[in-house]
Amino acid sequence: MNAPEKKDSFRLVGTRPVRPDGVEKVTGKAVFGPDYKAANMLQGAILRSPHPHARIRSVDTKKAAALPGVKAIVTGDDFPNLEDAVVQMGEAAGNIADLARNCMAVGKVLYEGHALAAVAATSEAIAQEALGLIDVDYEVLPHVTGILDAMREDAPLLYEDNFTKGLDEKPEKPSNVSMRIQQTQGDTEAALKSAAATVTARYTMPPVHQGYIEPHACVVTWKADGKLDVWCSSQGAFNVRSLVATILNVEMGHVRVMPLEIGGGFGGKTTIYLEPVAALLSKKAGRPVRLTMDRADVFRASGPAPGAVVDVSLGADAEGKLVAADVEFRYSAGTSPGNETHAGLISSVGHYRIANFRVTGWEVLSNMPKHAAYRAPGAPQVNFALESALNDLAAKLGIDPLDMRIKNAVVPGDMTMHGTPYGEIGLLECLEAAKAHPHYSASLGPNQGRGIACSYWVNYGGPSTASVAIGEDGSVMVIEGNPDIGGSRASMAIMAAETLGIDYDNVTVTIADTGSVGYSMLTGGSRTTFATGKAVIEAAQTVIDIMRARAAKLWGCSVDDVAWSDGEARCTGGEKAGETLSIGNIAAKADSTGGPISAESSVNPNDFLPGFAVHICDVDVDPETGHASIGRYTAFQDVGRAIHPSYVEGQMQGGAVQGIGWALNEAYLYNEDGKLDNPGFLDYRMPVASDLPMIDAVMIEKPNPAHPYGVKGVGEVPIVPPLATVAHAVSNATGSPMRDLPLTPDRIYGLMQSKA
Amino acid sequence: MALSAFHTPETIEQAVALLAGDPSARPLSGGTDLIVQMQSGRSEAGAIVDIKRIAGLNGIRSDGDGFVIGAATPCTALKEDAALVAAWPGVVEAANLIGSVQVRNRATMAGNLCNASPAADSVPALVAAGATCLIAGPSGEREVPVEAIPVAPSKTSLQAGEMVTAIKLPKRSAGGSDAYLRSIPRTEMDIAVVGAGANITVDAEGVCTSARIAIGAAAPTVVLVEDAGKALEGSGFDDAAMEAMAQAVRNACKPIDDKRGTIEYRIAMAGVLAKRTVMIARERAGGTA
Repeated sequence: MNAPEKKDSFRLVGTRPVRPDGVEKVTGKAVFGPDYKAANMLQGAILRSPHPHARIRSVDTKKAAALPGVKAIVTGDDFPNLEDAVVQMGEAAGNIADLARNCMAVGKVLYEGHALAAVAATSEAIAQEALGLIDVDYEVLPHVTGILDAMREDAPLLYEDNFTKGLDEKPEKPSNVSMRIQQTQGDTEAALKSAAATVTARYTMPPVHQGYIEPHACVVTWKADGKLDVWCSSQGAFNVRSLVATILNVEMGHVRVMPLEIGGGFGGKTTIYLEPVAALLSKKAGRPVRLTMDRADVFRASGPAPGAVVDVSLGADAEGKLVAADVEFRYSAGTSPGNETHAGLISSVGHYRIANFRVTGWEVLSNMPKHAAYRAPGAPQVNFALESALNDLAAKLGIDPLDMRIKNAVVPGDMTMHGTPYGEIGLLECLEAAKAHPHYSASLGPNQGRGIACSYWVNYGGPSTASVAIGEDGSVMVIEGNPDIGGSRASMAIMAAETLGIDYDNVTVTIADTGSVGYSMLTGGSRTTFATGKAVIEAAQTVIDIMRARAAKLWGCSVDDVAWSDGEARCTGGEKAGETLSIGNIAAKADSTGGPISAESSVNPNDFLPGFAVHICDVDVDPETGHASIGRYTAFQDVGRAIHPSYVEGQMQGGAVQGIGWALNEAYLYNEDGKLDNPGFLDYRMPVASDLPMIDAVMIEKPNPAHPYGVKGVGEVPIVPPLATVAHAVSNATGSPMRDLPLTPDRIYGLMQSKA
Repeated sequence: MALSAFHTPETIEQAVALLAGDPSARPLSGGTDLIVQMQSGRSEAGAIVDIKRIAGLNGIRSDGDGFVIGAATPCTALKEDAALVAAWPGVVEAANLIGSVQVRNRATMAGNLCNASPAADSVPALVAAGATCLIAGPSGEREVPVEAIPVAPSKTSLQAGEMVTAIKLPKRSAGGSDAYLRSIPRTEMDIAVVGAGANITVDAEGVCTSARIAIGAAAPTVVLVEDAGKALEGSGFDDAAMEAMAQAVRNACKPIDDKRGTIEYRIAMAGVLAKRTVMIARERAGGTA
């Protein structure tokens, strides 16, 4: 399996070696967030609100403090009084005061599960017992969880001072709507009126959770010298550092974050919940403190992705050329604003050439947890609506839905919604590959239906640092700061080894703590293999230059007479012409030629390219019960060039599976009391292995010319198309349009019954 | 309530004495319900009486032509007993739909019964089979039909100090077989939205000579639908008889609306599953030849 697939151009890029972290993980030895223990550590526990919305009249901790074994208690009053300030958070900017108040409520609790006090004790049992001794006097307030309910004028308000941003005039009254954004082009209303065919419909979906297996956990010690050490798993140790330092009002350099192995993040670990609380407990107790969430805490208090209500009107001419799109979407953000509404807007219609469009996004606050990023955050919801409408429009015009997309797809040079032209994109190639694939023409039996959809995700570049160091024996170390959530150690090792001309096994990759390598933005936005990969390649090239100079010194020749090939220096001129020096030879003499050999490279590339995906799905629908089962699924994606094809295919398969779960069964179910009815994996139904066929991954390699090895981001776009793909398949199998997710058996059954 | 003791009695008498002496004590076999409930705070056991070390409670023995299944016998062990699988395939398949493989390596049918969930997968199959259970208590042993144990969600008819020691399945009559199906949104790892068990006997002409139909998750307890059985008896499983059977099942449903299903969906699915279950049992009985 390690044979190169592109012998002509690369030795290692495109091969499938075993991942460096694999053995530790499959033998259960890898240390994940909740595994970490520090000497003399206390166990913390968090008191969480039973109410979805209440004013905190008082919190009496006296009885809890008197319990033997309790070493520290923290409430919102212990947090520094933060001004509202917008800072970089995860993949986007956000208000640090909102984040702090999400870690610990101040004044009001805003959702069931909102933290409002914490205890550190000598055992978990004592910490739990102490929570029961804390008296909270709540003034229970009316609550609201649904999007449309929260938008009503008479809805209970989360904040008296929230005035919708982005309206033409500042509203006179506060509301739960935090923002409206809009982008228009041409005359949408007129174009819809003159269109040969139009489709208008509403699409809805509840919030869904990222569903990582590893719950949030951390150990923090606030040391006697005033500096903090933090051990946690996250998508970015530097991101944790900046958020913790800002919330606690300490110098960034005084916070050192040690990254632990991450058991799934999918965007949900681009923020923090526990670390500042553990830090304040540690400061009071003078000992390290561990905090962990259990599964119910994860569901009740960590970020779901926004639910959505989306209205779409789409029009085309008689040949199927799209002429206008009017999209109005409303996203539920939970307790505070985020970036999904912006991302939803730029992901809405930009993958098609449409002369006239009006896209309007509303961000709505309600008594649910503060939402968090989830894999292509903000794109799947609006894409579900747009692609579903497009499938209906194709059916109305009698045009094959893939042909409909081929007629309208953007190509290099067309304009993105965010104002720059598309580069070397491969949407058309994906669509044509799907059309030509045997899956698309395979016959279907009774009660079976086929669906397709297509999607875009912007991807990202962003700042990254990596260093390459040569050991005394010539071994090669790559040191970087991006947690490995999808096989990036393997891709970094491949790129370093390819550049240096050495074997994959000669490279060791370390994910370093924030005190051991320069800054890298977090692992997110499908950026790491692209941007951090560039830093690794640059650092490796610098190390080659250093080693050429050292070889020149050893040979007594000009550096211009030293070439680098096959992992060694080769003398090309003078007396020593034809001689070679291996990395080991050069390293052994490093002290006498100038000292240790290493290089660090910091980059901030913005020449990333977006991702495109086209999915085909076949479902069987049981006509008596409404159960939809996925019979066949094929995912096509413009992947740039696959550095490690297995992990690219893994991303495509994993994204498809998460999207299938979103389409079929996953949902946050809030009851009338505003409490989450399904805070566990039993009733929050992610797909299990037996629910799914093998997901066939078809990689379309159209390299990014701006990356030495052609990398484009691949991790996020595959979660976008499954929602509309599955809904289209079920619609075709049943003859009823599927516009509300999830497509649970009882919902499909009900729609089939009402049609019959 | 804090857990004060974990007992490991070696005889039924010791176990009964421990349970009778401490009203807060709970028997534990697989623990797949009890431990989860204790962790979530739903159950406040003051003491645990582990019955797995009691001789004879873990295993299957024949009782004439029937079967006696010890209360501590894990569900996966049922699949290993070829005679049991041949006689009562529906009971074995029902017990092996509970949870995951790991759960079923611990979980027992007696525990599934005494947890008194209306959605317990093994119970409709056991009720359809006409199973009974042996109960040990301070005043001796008694035997009752399985359907007499659950009286309401999480409530049983067991008296203080009593515990189920075994489940008995009768002799399999000639020309008979059974089946169980449940509806869940996924393919496994779930709780029945509705379940149906059928146990039928077919004569040489393909005529139904007896039928017992039981449904789960459609009422506060598992329901034996006697009218459904009567609708099939004497029929050749023709459409009219099958529809009459399904209608009797639907009539017997008194479900609730909850996160796992609506009233309408549960009633409709009870009828669908009952029909499908009967047809599987009929095929197993050889009645479709």
